[in-house]
Amino acid sequence: MDTTDRDIINDLQGGFPLSERPYAEAAARLGLTEDELIRRLDDLLEKGALTRFAPMYHAERLGGALTLAAMKIPADEFERVAGIVNGFPEVAHNYAREHEFNMWFVLATETPQRINEVIGEIEKATGYRVYNMPKLEEFFVGLRFEA
Amino acid sequence: MSAKSHGSTNEHSEAGIRAKSAMPELNVIKHSAATLQRPPVDEADRRLLAAIQHGLPLTPRPYAGIAAGLGISEAEVVARLAYLKEAGVIRRFGVVVRHHELGYSANAMVVWDVPDEQVTGLGHCLAGFDFITLCYRRPRHLPQWRYNLYCMIHGKSREEVLAHLEWMVNHCGLQSLPHEVLFSRRRFKQRGALYAMPAGAGTR
Repeated sequence: MDTTDRDIINDLQGGFPLSERPYAEAAARLGLTEDELIRRLDDLLEKGALTRFAPMYHAERLGGALTLAAMKIPADEFERVAGIVNGFPEVAHNYAREHEFNMWFVLATETPQRINEVIGEIEKATGYRVYNMPKLEEFFVGLRFEA
Repeated sequence: MSAKSHGSTNEHSEAGIRAKSAMPELNVIKHSAATLQRPPVDEADRRLLAAIQHGLPLTPRPYAGIAAGLGISEAEVVARLAYLKEAGVIRRFGVVVRHHELGYSANAMVVWDVPDEQVTGLGHCLAGFDFITLCYRRPRHLPQWRYNLYCMIHGKSREEVLAHLEWMVNHCGLQSLPHEVLFSRRRFKQRGALYAMPAGAGTR
């Protein structure tokens, strides 16, 4: 990844143009040609530095819901439980963390009611309690990374 | 936010009104600030979001490509996306990075036990730092879990994250508040949320 790739990543984490030739417009902003920007994006996707070029949604405004959930899983059960949890399509991502509460995952559902249903299903499938930690107040969401 | 604020938020209503006169094929929709809190997302919006959630085509006219697949015009795709962005349904439209691949391998969730009346003030204080990527108030689960304020710090090393944390503690006056740092050990799954399915399509 060179300086131009970094500029592209830093510039295009938000504010992608909504116009007939968005890549041409974004390329002009970066001092590149449309062809070169497209080629480099393709390459960054290929290399796995980017996952996709897409909108990030506001789940609640789309009628859906998001929550953070945590579980306390004994070390010798962790792999089995992680396999079950990750198998739920509503689990958007899942991290092992260094704590007694060692499994943390985000649930994204199409309806608010579905959150509790999925939590119940996970508890039933794993035999462990799921602690629901929904957001009560949002102070900041700005998941951007300087490349 | 309650719909009761409708009509009482004059300072916002001007900005909340948008007319799509430049896009004659669409109905002119006016939104007050109150309806912008809960904008109507119609079936065509959902189909559009479902069509682009896996990524925009890397072609010179990507919206035209999406439009062709949906049987609508390129202008309508652009207008609908602009509306969804303005309504806040799309928080951000751009490249989605894999932060590990960019070197952000130290990912800490820092949780605080803050007196309820101080959460909002401290939340705003934490959110002011540019190394904070998320900051939320969440419920306690006593007696197992006492923490009610969460923030994420993504850094390139644990040392960097802990230095940021110390700076934050001193700046916001958090020295006496119990907190824990939960570094991630493993990322099992990271695919982002997929919930823009057309009605009836189910989940995947």
